[in-house]
Amino acid sequence: MHSDQRAPIALKIAAGAGLLFLHLPILLIFVYAFTTEERSYQWPPPGLTTKWLAVTWNRPDIWEALALSVKVASISTLIALLLGTLCAAAVSRSKFFGREAISLMVILPIALPGIVTGIALRSAFNLADIPFSTWTIILGHATFCVVVVYNNAVARFRRSSASLIEASMDLGADGFQTLRYVVLPNIATALLAGGMLAFALSFDEVIVTTFTAGQQQTLPIWMLEELVRPRQRPVTNVVAMVVVLVTFLPILGAFYLTRDGDQIAGSGK
Amino acid sequence: MSTALQFAGVSRHYGAVKALDQVDLEVKEGEFFAMLGPSGSGKTTCLRLVAGFEQPTAGHIEIFGETAEGVPPFRRNVNTVFQDYALFPHLNVLDNVAYGLMIRGVEKSERYRSAEQALELVALSGLGKRRAGELSGGQRQRVALARALVNKPRVLLLDEPLGALDLKLREQMQEELKNLHRQLGITFIFVTHDQNEALSMADRVALFKDGRVVQVGTPQEIYRQPNSRFVADFVGSSNVLPPDFVAAVGGASRWASLRPESIYLTREGGHAASVVAASFLGGSTRLAVDVSGLRINLMLPSAAEIPAVGESVRIDWKPADMHLMESGA
Repeated sequence: MHSDQRAPIALKIAAGAGLLFLHLPILLIFVYAFTTEERSYQWPPPGLTTKWLAVTWNRPDIWEALALSVKVASISTLIALLLGTLCAAAVSRSKFFGREAISLMVILPIALPGIVTGIALRSAFNLADIPFSTWTIILGHATFCVVVVYNNAVARFRRSSASLIEASMDLGADGFQTLRYVVLPNIATALLAGGMLAFALSFDEVIVTTFTAGQQQTLPIWMLEELVRPRQRPVTNVVAMVVVLVTFLPILGAFYLTRDGDQIAGSGK
Repeated sequence: MSTALQFAGVSRHYGAVKALDQVDLEVKEGEFFAMLGPSGSGKTTCLRLVAGFEQPTAGHIEIFGETAEGVPPFRRNVNTVFQDYALFPHLNVLDNVAYGLMIRGVEKSERYRSAEQALELVALSGLGKRRAGELSGGQRQRVALARALVNKPRVLLLDEPLGALDLKLREQMQEELKNLHRQLGITFIFVTHDQNEALSMADRVALFKDGRVVQVGTPQEIYRQPNSRFVADFVGSSNVLPPDFVAAVGGASRWASLRPESIYLTREGGHAASVVAASFLGGSTRLAVDVSGLRINLMLPSAAEIPAVGESVRIDWKPADMHLMESGA
């Protein structure tokens, strides 16, 4: 009995320590966003100020980087949603020669180290004489965004009964109505989760971006460059803090959405 | 009665596989028609051709006198109850049932009223707000039925609808399906691999084997006058007698079917046999005997005395009960 009671307490402490280890550094980032020391990260902060919020707000380079990141992430996610879903539907719904190979080839970019993908794309763009631009970044990001959407969609397709589509047709719905009233509602939460994950992956991507970007700076690249400059360091922290807050909410939303969605989809069996 | 469904030389091939091969069939309007056969015999393919999920490789299909080839499922006045029910998991029971009406643009209150009525028909009123996943297998089956029937189809297709239910529920549903059929007066086409189900429910049965229809007839015809060894075997386990044996006992030199319950024990005459096995089944006793090297099964009424294994007995049957068949296949 004695040891039975002590073990959970030790476990609780260990678990708590683990969580602290994971999340304290993020809190530190927040604290440094308000420090009065702008050249180095000094602990404890010599004083607290909110002036960096205003400084950040007035820096046009940040807005440019943010706009580029949002644009790149949005378009790559859209491409991924379209191609990933179509590919998932093909792989899970029909049998054709080379199906397994295609399935593997779609997933491969996420298994490859980003640096390999980056170098490969860079040399390919060079060979094809494609100038580096926002679109080359988007293409690079789409390679791994497609995988995330594909994985989510394929899992949902496999779990839902193939005869649902036939049942819909049988009840008088044509192809478009079946897509609208049966297929999309059934995969909606999977697409939302896949899309959000794809967006988040693209939004903080550094490695592939460095190889596929020209002069453009996405937000993570901007942060990386900002870190090596000695002045106005807390600005980086303000940006980091805002990014955390802004991305945390949708991800929390996606988590709850797919949790409910899983219950709905699982209940069909 | 007019013709609901006409198959003329219909084939469905998948590459070299002949799922359905040169099938001729006619189903009358208002008939309860069973398609019976082992798995892979083509009966489900046949059903899918009627529903419109498949197109024939060759031949001609007519539904109520209209050509069916090229007509998509959503333009056929035919509805299906799927083997796995295929209820929409994102909709509740009422919306599932109302789906067909929603697609046709029936106004909301009107379609919910019809859906409630359909649920009432299958004894599920009041469950409309549940999700399909919260229902038992038997209830889901009923929802699938209601969802098909609410569209007032002229033909209802049922693809092994009772396969996933346990025995008690299955017998109950058989009864209810028969009642529904009587009540609605529409054509039911029922696919099953269970010969008892086919015999007890259908007005007529088509027996499938290897993509072909081997016999069509009423359950009595199929049972009493099987036209081939396969039918005799598949529909109730019959004794299939080879031509030389039939000739030796006074028939023509043809294959014959002899039902176990047509055979009785006798003291004189008949044929000498020795008992190989006996099993008491409650309502009856199944006896296996050896007649000059041929194993024959017979059913004895339970009141009869059970002979011991190894005992010598004499068996006999009325000549009319020995049914000569067209083929030994």
